[in-house]
Amino acid sequence: MEIDKNQLLRFTTAGSVDDGKSTLIGRLLYDSKAIFEDQLEAVENTSKKKGHKGVDLALFTDGLRDEREQGITIDVAYRYFTTPKRKFIIADTPGHIQYTRNMVTGASTANAALILIDARHGVIEQTKRHAFIASLLQIPHIIVCINKMDLVDYSEEVYQNIIHQFEEFSSKLYVKDIQFLPISALDGDNVVNRSTNMDWYQGAPLLHALETMHISSDINKIDARFPVQTVLRPQNEEFRDYRGYAGRVASGIFRKGDEVVILPSGFTSKIRSIDTMDGSMEEVFAPMSVAITLEDDIDISRGDMIVKENNQPKALQEFDAMLCWFNNSPARDRAKYTIVHTSNEQKAMIKEVVYKIDINTYARNEEDKQLKMNDIARISIRTTRPLMVDEYRDNRVTGSFVLIDDASHETVAAGMIV
Amino acid sequence: MSKYYLSYLDELESEAIYILREVWAQFQNPVILFSGGKDSILVTHLARKAFFPSKIPFPLLHVDTGHNFPETIQFRDDMIKELAVQLIVGSVQESIDTGRVAEEKGKSATRNALQITTLLDAIEKNKIDCAIGGGRRDEEKARAKERFFSHRDDFGQWDPKNQRPELWNLLNGKHFEGEHFRAFPISNWTEMDVWNYIKREDIKIPSLYLAHQREVVWRNDSWIPVSEYLKLDDNEKVESKKIRFRTLGDITITGGIESEADTLEKIVAEVAAMKQTERGNRSDDKRSETAMEDRKRQGYF
Ligand SMILES: Nc1nc2c(ncn2[C@@H]2O[C@H](COP(=O)(O)OP(=O)(O)OP(=O)(O)O)[C@@H](O)[C@H]2O)c(=O)[nH]1
Ligand SMILES: [Mg+2]
Repeated sequence: MEIDKNQLLRFTTAGSVDDGKSTLIGRLLYDSKAIFEDQLEAVENTSKKKGHKGVDLALFTDGLRDEREQGITIDVAYRYFTTPKRKFIIADTPGHIQYTRNMVTGASTANAALILIDARHGVIEQTKRHAFIASLLQIPHIIVCINKMDLVDYSEEVYQNIIHQFEEFSSKLYVKDIQFLPISALDGDNVVNRSTNMDWYQGAPLLHALETMHISSDINKIDARFPVQTVLRPQNEEFRDYRGYAGRVASGIFRKGDEVVILPSGFTSKIRSIDTMDGSMEEVFAPMSVAITLEDDIDISRGDMIVKENNQPKALQEFDAMLCWFNNSPARDRAKYTIVHTSNEQKAMIKEVVYKIDINTYARNEEDKQLKMNDIARISIRTTRPLMVDEYRDNRVTGSFVLIDDASHETVAAGMIV
Repeated sequence: MSKYYLSYLDELESEAIYILREVWAQFQNPVILFSGGKDSILVTHLARKAFFPSKIPFPLLHVDTGHNFPETIQFRDDMIKELAVQLIVGSVQESIDTGRVAEEKGKSATRNALQITTLLDAIEKNKIDCAIGGGRRDEEKARAKERFFSHRDDFGQWDPKNQRPELWNLLNGKHFEGEHFRAFPISNWTEMDVWNYIKREDIKIPSLYLAHQREVVWRNDSWIPVSEYLKLDDNEKVESKKIRFRTLGDITITGGIESEADTLEKIVAEVAAMKQTERGNRSDDKRSETAMEDRKRQGYF
C-alpha cells in the first residue's frame, strides 16, 4: 500500500536516563536537515560553553534551564519535521523515573515508540518499565534502538545478546510490531544514514523505518463513537432552531441518515446533517471535529455519546482498569476522585487494588495494596453514574480515563479499561 | 474506496477545534489573546470554525504596548467588527501611567516585558480563567515544553518543572480561584503549517506579512522599521528596502527580512526554504539563552 506523504506519524522516545534519547532526536533532526541555522548556532555556543566537544545534540530538545544544567530531560519536548515521504511529530520524553508521568504524557498519543537501550548496560529496570508502559498504552509499533554501539566496538554479539534479553521479557507483553536496530546516536550510525561500521547489519536505518511504517490501519474504523463536547445553539435569525452537537469522532464512521442512539438516555434518532463551517458532509470519521444535528428534539448535553444501534459501548458503573499512579501522595483508601472519560466527568472511587505489577519480573503482586508514585496496577473502580466504555485495546479514546484529585486539582492517575 | 484517514493539515485543524471546544466547555470566562499576528489570527479563524454557526462565544483580549504598527490596529478593528465579538484592551501605557510598571531605559529598551504585568492585570480585572494563545511548540525551546492546557498559579506563573500530566486528549482545566490557564490550540503547528493553512483557507492577514517597501534601519541582524518610537544611533542610517515580517510584535523590536514574497504562494515557497527560525529576528528572545522561559515563568504569553 502507498504511504500518503500528507499522513502524520506521531512517535515518542522511551528508555532509561542517559540512554541517548535526546541525542538521537537531535541527530535525526540534524542529519535530515531539519535544524535552522540560528538554532544550530545557539546550540553550538552552549555546547562550547559547557566544554562539550562538537555539538551536544541533546540540546536541540532539552530546552529548559534545569535540563541544560543537569544534562537530563525533565519534561516532554515536542519537535516537528518533514521529509519528502512523511510528516512527523516527535515527543522526546524523560528517562528518569521521577518524571515517568511526563513520559506517559508524550507516549499516550504516539503511533510508534523508539525504546533506547545503552549497549553497554543492556536491559535495565527502566527499560522494562517503559516497554511495559508502551505496551499498556498499546502503541502499535515499537523500534528498539540499541544505542552507543560505538562504545562496544560495534559488536554484533552484544547487539544479539540485548535482543535476546529484550525478547525474553517482551514475550509477556502485547506489542503488534517490534523491530530492532543497532545505532550510534552520537555519530549517526543507522539513524538517517546507513552505518559503515556495522556491515553485519543489513536492515535499513531508523528514518527509513519511520517513513515506511504502515499506520492507517491503526485507527478503529468499526465502532462509531461520538462524545458530545458542547451544544451549539446560535441565537441568530438564520439558524434560529439550530441545535448542533459539537464533538470529535472518537472512532468509526458516521453518515448522514444513520440511525443513532444517544447514551446514556437510550433515545434513538437519525442524523439529519453533519456540519462544518465549510459546509455539510455526507460522512465523517475519526478524528474529525464536526457538529451533528438530529431529526428529533432530544435533550443532549456534554458527556453524552452518540453511537449506532447495533454497536454500542458498555454502560458500566463498575469496571477494572490498568492504572498508572503519577502523584507523590499515594492513593487514599476508598477516597473519591473525579474521573474524566471522553467528555464525561463523574466521581469515582478505587474499590480495590487487584494486583500491582512488579516492573522487573512483570509478576503480579496481590499482597501490596498501596498505590504509590509510578506504580502500575490493576484496579476495580466504581463511578457514581455509568460510563460508556470500551476496552482500551479496542478503543484508545473510549477506553481511557484520568483521575483528578479534588483537593489539589492535579491529575493523579491514568487508566486503561480492561 | 475512500481513504479513512486525515491529511495532516486536517488533523491539526480538527485537534485545534477540539481544544477550543474544550476550553469553552471547561471554563467560565475564556478569552483569545489577540496580538494581530498570524498565529492569533489563525486561532481566531479556528474558533469561528469550532463554534459555527454560532459566533465566537468569548471576547478577544489585546495587550496593547502602545508601540504598534498602525496596520495591526486597523486590522484588529476591522476584524472585531466583522466577527461581532467583544474586544478587551489591556494598555501598557496605562500600566506605566498608573505606576504598575516602569519604562525600561537605554537604547534597547522595549515594552516587551512590561506586557506581562498588563496581561496579568487584565486577566485579574476581567476574571479571566483561561487565556487562549497562539503559541506553537516549534517556535522556541521553552514553548516546546508546553501542554495544551497550561496551568498558571495565582501569581500568573508557569512552573515548567511541575506540569500536570496530559494524557491522550483528556484535558484537565481544574483550578482554584485566582489561578488561571493558558490554552494553546495550535501547539502542534509549525510555521510552515500555518502558512500552508492560511493559503488554503485564504485567511486575511495584515499586509505587513507581504513584501513591501519600507523605511528601515539595520540593527541586531535585522531590519527594524522606522517609527516615532525608534531612537536612531549616530551611526545608523535609514534605508528604504523591500521587506516583510515573519512575526509581528512590538514595532520597536520586530525585525523584517528582505523579501520579494508579495503573495501567499510566494511566502509559502520562501518559508519552505528558510534557514533561520522566525523568532531569530526578535530581539526579545536574544537577550539570554533562557529569555523565553524566564518570561513565560513570570506569566508571559
Ligand atoms: N558514545 C556515545 N555516547 C552517546 C550516544 N548517544 C548518546 N550519548 C551520550 O549519552 C549521554 C546522554 O544522552 P542524552 O541524549 O541526554 O540521554 P537521554 O536518554 O535523552 O537522557 P534523559 O532524557 O535524561 O533520560 C550524553 O552525554 C550523550 O552524548 C552514542 O551513540 N554514543
Ligand atoms: Mg533526554
